Amino acid sequence: MAEEQGRKWDRCLADSAVKLATGLGVGIVFSVLFFKRRTWPVVFGLGVGLGMGYSNCQQDFRSPYLLHGHMVKVSKSHTS
Amino acid sequence: MLRVCLKGANSAARKCLCGNGVPLHPLQQCRSYTSGGSGSSAGKIVAASVLTVGGGVGGTILYANWDPKFRANVEKSIPYSDQVFGLALGPAAPPPVINKPRKVEPVQISSMSEMWKDSKQPKAKEVEKKAEQPDAEGPPAPAPQETLEEASAQVAQILSAIGEVPSVPAPGTHEAEAVPPPAALKGVPAAAAKCTECEHEPAVKERPEGEVAARLAEQDKAEQDLLTSLSSNLEDALGSTAKVTLQAIGAQEAALQAIAQHTRQLREAMEAEAPPDKKSTQWRVLEDALSERSRSVDEAGAAVLKAKAELDKLRGVIDGAKHLKIAAARPSILAAEENLHSMVVDLDSVVTRVQTAQSEAKIVSQYSELVNEAKAQFQKELNSITPEIQANWKGLRKLTQDDLNSLIAHAHRRIDQMNRELAEQRVREQIHIDSALEQQKLEDKKALEVAVSTALEHNREQMRLEQEKKVEETREVMEAEMRTQLRRQAAAHTDHLRDVLKVQEQELRSEAEEILNSSLMEKETEYRRLTQDQLDSFTLDMNAAYARLKGMEEAIDSHVIAEEEARKAHQLWLSVEALNYTLKTAALNDPTEPLEGAVQAIKESCAEDEFAQALATALPSESLSRGVYSEASLRARFYAIRQLARRVALIDETRNSLYQYFLSYLQAMLLFEKAQEAPPAKLSAEDLDTFKLLSYAAYSLEHGDLELAAKLVNQLKGESRRVAQDWLKEARLTLETKQVVSLLSAYANAVGLGTTMAP
Repeated sequence: MAEEQGRKWDRCLADSAVKLATGLGVGIVFSVLFFKRRTWPVVFGLGVGLGMGYSNCQQDFRSPYLLHGHMVKVSKSHTS
Repeated sequence: MLRVCLKGANSAARKCLCGNGVPLHPLQQCRSYTSGGSGSSAGKIVAASVLTVGGGVGGTILYANWDPKFRANVEKSIPYSDQVFGLALGPAAPPPVINKPRKVEPVQISSMSEMWKDSKQPKAKEVEKKAEQPDAEGPPAPAPQETLEEASAQVAQILSAIGEVPSVPAPGTHEAEAVPPPAALKGVPAAAAKCTECEHEPAVKERPEGEVAARLAEQDKAEQDLLTSLSSNLEDALGSTAKVTLQAIGAQEAALQAIAQHTRQLREAMEAEAPPDKKSTQWRVLEDALSERSRSVDEAGAAVLKAKAELDKLRGVIDGAKHLKIAAARPSILAAEENLHSMVVDLDSVVTRVQTAQSEAKIVSQYSELVNEAKAQFQKELNSITPEIQANWKGLRKLTQDDLNSLIAHAHRRIDQMNRELAEQRVREQIHIDSALEQQKLEDKKALEVAVSTALEHNREQMRLEQEKKVEETREVMEAEMRTQLRRQAAAHTDHLRDVLKVQEQELRSEAEEILNSSLMEKETEYRRLTQDQLDSFTLDMNAAYARLKGMEEAIDSHVIAEEEARKAHQLWLSVEALNYTLKTAALNDPTEPLEGAVQAIKESCAEDEFAQALATALPSESLSRGVYSEASLRARFYAIRQLARRVALIDETRNSLYQYFLSYLQAMLLFEKAQEAPPAKLSAEDLDTFKLLSYAAYSLEHGDLELAAKLVNQLKGESRRVAQDWLKEARLTLETKQVVSLLSAYANAVGLGTTMAP
């Protein structure tokens, strides 16, 4: 269990880096192709990449505490 | 539409409220709605209830007035009802008290005794007056009076006791009165004396028959002696008294005769006109008669005195006899009393006759005196007128004219005077007659009283004597009856004795038989017991020898078993030691060898030892297959865990975003706690902080207490806990294994110790 933290961080960072890079790339592409080489699609793409990475990281770290509940319909005969 | 909806909602709410039972406005409405309609019915109900209650109470009071028992019941059961009843009816009547007439009998007896007293006293007075013996009569009179009183009182009591209808309520007084008579009537003949003896027997110890007979014989003899002496005394006294009384009576008669004669002669002398010489002889004769009379009267008086003395003596003797109280003498006593009484009566009558004669004589003498006086007076007058005429003027023939005239004149004067005197006398006659009558009446009354009292006295005496006679008769009858009853009782007693003797004989016989049987039984049982004892002792010896043999065999067997046990224990111990040794083979970061082999060896060595088997199987499977980490490795790993746990101290179920991770890292960097801190005995709430727990755990690890460290680490919460989970599991495994192994070794040691024989 002790190593899991380390593993998580590794994954998180790797994933964030990839997402960041991808975001950058997509941003650049969009900026070049559709938005006349403005900066804002690049920044937007970076932000999207960072956000996605951050969210994934968070999800990964939260995963042991997440509860998955289902609605269970209780029949009337049991409760009355 | 909204308003409609609102109204609907309000109504629904109201309904809901009503349904829930929170009544505020709806109940008020209900109340106001229903009060109008039920007003009349409520009034009706109230009226009806009042009527019923009133009727019930009134009926109860009326019935209680009629039936006191019901009243008492109600008063007992319902409190304060007695006050209500008291107000309405007045206090309850108490139960009627029956006053029994207790004081009737003493009054009767006292009246009778009073009567006796009265009858005695006038007689005594009379006796005193006549006899003029105050001193001699005084003491004997009260003494016989008292004894007579006593006797009369007793007689009265007996009569009252016999004649009274049994009124039950006064047993006390009745018994008290009935007791003295039996006590007083001790003068009973021999059989009755024996009866009283029998009566006293229950109170006194029963005297032997011979003694009783002797005493009775003595008593009889004494009684007989007394009786003879008494009767002789009585007879003597009676005889002497009779003689003296007869003498007195004779003397009185003589006196009477003399008085009568004298009176007669006096009268004759008065009336007869005999010649002077005859007169003188007459007077002489008269004088003789007078002297004779006086002499006889004196004699009679003396004789009466003597007779009275004798009578008193006789009375004294009789009283003395009565005092002795012997019943056999009673008839003679009674006869003597009768004689006494008759003599007294005769004496009294004679004395009265003498008295009357004397009074007559006095009259006649007075008359004669008067006549003589008149004659003398006349003679004097005549002599004064005609001094020369002598006494024998009757023979005078020749008288002168003057003498005759003067004589006639004197005679006429005398006649006139006489006539005048006569007239005067006639006038005075009436007065004198009246006064004389008065006097006579008084005297007559006195005489009458005296006569009446004497007559009453005699009558009383008579009645008493009769009563005594009757009492005597009844006593005799009762004594005869008692004798018959006693005879019957004696017969019954002998029968009863016979029966009792028979019964006793039977009882004694049965008792003796019983004793014989019981002693026989005892001897038999004794014999049996002795034989049994012998047998028992022999059996005991045999058993003892057998037991010893058995004991020896068992001892040998147990030796064998014990040795076997010892060998097994040794084996077990060896295998446990092997296990211990395997535990020590842990390298620094690697677990030990798997313990399976050693455990198998243990299992083989203690195939039939359940405890050891259980323990062997209690080892966790991981330790068997993989082995366990040593304490040192765990300690080393702890520090890495500690760092990690510090870093994620803030993360738990609620806080687990990345920002929280950042904050937690910041906290771990900035917060400094003691590296090792001694854990307290009790953990409080603030000790459950991650950093504190970690420092406690570190301290306990450094001091070799893996168990406490594991406990403390177990208190971590959230992400720190998750991080330390691995380490905790390993620590648990190690601890478990160590525990089981130590148990096994302790057990092996114990078994080994147990099987060692003390030298």
